[in-house]
Amino acid sequence: MQLTEIRVAGFGGQGVILSAIVLGKAASIYQGAFATMTQNFGPEARGGACSAQLIVSDSPVLYPYVSQPDILVVMSQEASNRFVSELKDGGTLIVEQDLVRVSELKGNVKVYSVPATRIAEELGKRMVLNSVMVGFFTAVTHLLEPDAVRKAVADSVPASFRDLNLKAFERGFEYGATAQAVSPQSLEDAGVAYAQE
Amino acid sequence: MKADPRGVLTGVHFIDGDHACCEGALAAGARFAAGYPITPSTEVVERFASRVPTVGGTFIQMEDELAASITLQGAVWGGAKAFTVTSGPGFSLMMEHIGYAAMTETPCVFVDVQRGGPSTGLPTLPAQADMMQARWGSHGDYEIIALCPNSPQECFDLTIKAFNLAEEFRVPVMFMMDEVVGHMTEKVVIPPADQIEVTPRRHTRKSVDNYLPYETNGDMVPDMAHAGEGYKFHVTGLTHDEHGYPNMTPPVQDKLVRRLQNKIRAAADRIAMFEEQNLGDAEVVVVSYGITSRVAQRAIDLARQKGLKVGKLRLITAWPFPENKIRELSLKVKAFVVPELNLGQMVHEVERAAAGKAKTFAVSHAGGSVHHPEDILKVIVEASR
Amino acid sequence: MSDLTNPVEPFLRSDRMPHIWCPGCGIGTTVNCFARALIESKIDLEHLALVSGIGCTGRVAGYVKLDSFHTTHGRAIPFATGLKLANPKLNVVVYSGDGDLSAIGGNHLIHAARRNIDLKVICVNNLIYAMTGGQTAPTTPGHAITSTSPYGTCEPAFNLPHLVEAAGAVYVARWTTFHVRQLARSIAEAFQKKGFSFIEVISPCPTLYQRRNKLGDGLDTMKYYKEKSKVRHGAPTSEAGLTMTGEIVVGKFVDRDRPDYQTLVRAQLAESLGDRFVEQAEMVCS
Repeated sequence: MQLTEIRVAGFGGQGVILSAIVLGKAASIYQGAFATMTQNFGPEARGGACSAQLIVSDSPVLYPYVSQPDILVVMSQEASNRFVSELKDGGTLIVEQDLVRVSELKGNVKVYSVPATRIAEELGKRMVLNSVMVGFFTAVTHLLEPDAVRKAVADSVPASFRDLNLKAFERGFEYGATAQAVSPQSLEDAGVAYAQE
Repeated sequence: MKADPRGVLTGVHFIDGDHACCEGALAAGARFAAGYPITPSTEVVERFASRVPTVGGTFIQMEDELAASITLQGAVWGGAKAFTVTSGPGFSLMMEHIGYAAMTETPCVFVDVQRGGPSTGLPTLPAQADMMQARWGSHGDYEIIALCPNSPQECFDLTIKAFNLAEEFRVPVMFMMDEVVGHMTEKVVIPPADQIEVTPRRHTRKSVDNYLPYETNGDMVPDMAHAGEGYKFHVTGLTHDEHGYPNMTPPVQDKLVRRLQNKIRAAADRIAMFEEQNLGDAEVVVVSYGITSRVAQRAIDLARQKGLKVGKLRLITAWPFPENKIRELSLKVKAFVVPELNLGQMVHEVERAAAGKAKTFAVSHAGGSVHHPEDILKVIVEASR
Repeated sequence: MSDLTNPVEPFLRSDRMPHIWCPGCGIGTTVNCFARALIESKIDLEHLALVSGIGCTGRVAGYVKLDSFHTTHGRAIPFATGLKLANPKLNVVVYSGDGDLSAIGGNHLIHAARRNIDLKVICVNNLIYAMTGGQTAPTTPGHAITSTSPYGTCEPAFNLPHLVEAAGAVYVARWTTFHVRQLARSIAEAFQKKGFSFIEVISPCPTLYQRRNKLGDGLDTMKYYKEKSKVRHGAPTSEAGLTMTGEIVVGKFVDRDRPDYQTLVRAQLAESLGDRFVEQAEMVCS
């Protein structure tokens, strides 16, 4: 696994930090690689914006911060506005499609969209949207072994919500397995309908 | 002695440095903490408050850091292994009690998760600017030990080491984390209790009638008794004799204060821990500690890719400063490069130990973030010329 | 010879005599009362620890033959808190002065009372900073001359019984060094209480307070204590404020029961954690 910089961003209550913990755990504990996660603290991190940085690699991670993410996951419009410009050329952008309208993207970014919140609501618990997102992430990025991530999901949520989260992971994973990356241009051309919350 | 398994959360975890530090304290046998909330250190005591009632012990949140830093010492004299946790402004308030612990030889650990200062500074952002304060912050002459972890794993491992050193030398040990290490989440392996060595208290074996609280034998560290055991001993922050009684005369002061220094200085080489790499052919040595050592590593790797002969010396013990190591290296290398998240603290120690035999370059940073590896690289290139 | 042995001698470090207190100072008298209270209450001396701060009264720790701790200025109470929590079997006495306990240590005083830590606090109040040469204390009554109020104090003074009662102390009494029997009895009584007990002893500082304020010597002060003290057990502490030459309300003001800190903590943890709660073992980590 090459050194990969990931940023997950959204708003409080979406499980942003937990998503990063699950991915980091999968890499470092269940897949034998290395992972370093940091999160933004302080008053600016309360309630509103919330963001986690995760670096995974085959060799020990030295520099703990993400400078140019290879993969950016955005679950809120604010997060998108703030972080999209950081994305590396040729990087991957994953968006919560019902909450985010993407604009000003560089041409060669791969964009994957998932209605993670809606899928979670279909499963009966909106709060598992982060596991949907983690499943989707796993399917579209091919960065981590799906079984390693499954174990990390099971290991990171309360026992009473384990099955539901694993189900959410699978739904996200399935959605991702058939998802097509789109270029920013085609995204706009297609006039994808966005819902704003 | 092996760790008490009740305090050891054996397993593989993905936790941050603050939490790992708490687990290290529990594994080391700490069953008492007194604290006061302050970012970015609070997670250590939050976890301790949650964990310790399931292990058998006490956490108390005091009214301020002045209280926390002396409450823990009361607990030590009551028989506990104890610590407190704070950050810059709180660390400033604790200084008098670091002196009290040094003077009364109370074994204990002060965790300082460093943030940007002076004053309130940068509550949520890193710095390494308390390094001199850790060494010199309290008035008078004394020595302490300070350790600098650079990962959550080390926050666990070295917290145990901090408690062990505190017990061995009866000295307050400063655990100098920084905001990045404290808030960084990585894999932390906690071994089984029978693989964790903990140093027991130096408890006197003497009878009540023959015990002198500050009498030493050979290694300059007296043996302790606890309150409630019948020794009826006296402890004071005043200059004291072997009985523990105040004796404010120059000869007693001289004997006591020199012993407090020498018990650490004489053992400095044994206490010193560092990580070294490529020192054999190095012309330039990067001396760093804590989070900066990881950033420096990237700069060193880049420099070696350019063909520069660069070595690494990472300080794990910052105090006592491993000056013999620097002196030794200064005879073979051209220069030292010292990046740190302050405007120049440990670099002065390097310069002092190098004593003009090798040049010293600082790579200062006012804090709030970590260095860009390129900034360190630039100075390495300059130092290699 | 044995007839001549001072009955309180077994409680003192006679190898440290003579003490540093001035002629006429009341601190020694309070120590005598303390020792008599120990005799009377048959307290187990092995499990009795005494903690002092800094100041003239702070030196008491150095003279009693007990596990004794002379700590930093103002911090006797938090030190004692740690000692008590780590070893609940100990009886812990805090013995210190008014400046130490109520100025620099004032925050700890009110919080320990609020938490109801099981400590016996003996506060020798000589109305001044004596060790440092007679400066104004938070207890110095109005108009008194001190070295830092050379034209007389104007700050209102703390009424310590009122303060600690409001903060939550379960036992509050005040005596003067004239009231030796009553004081000894109060100290013995406090040992029967579980929780934060506070005994204030009004005590002369002939060298700095009395002399500077032309209040005579030690003997004159005893006369004043005798004549102007009024025993009013159960008096509202709000009426116990002190003036330079006026009435001194003495007596036992507060004697009430509420669970002490450790009892509350254990109950809370046992309730919240159930089987997961582990009682604190003896902490001795030898």
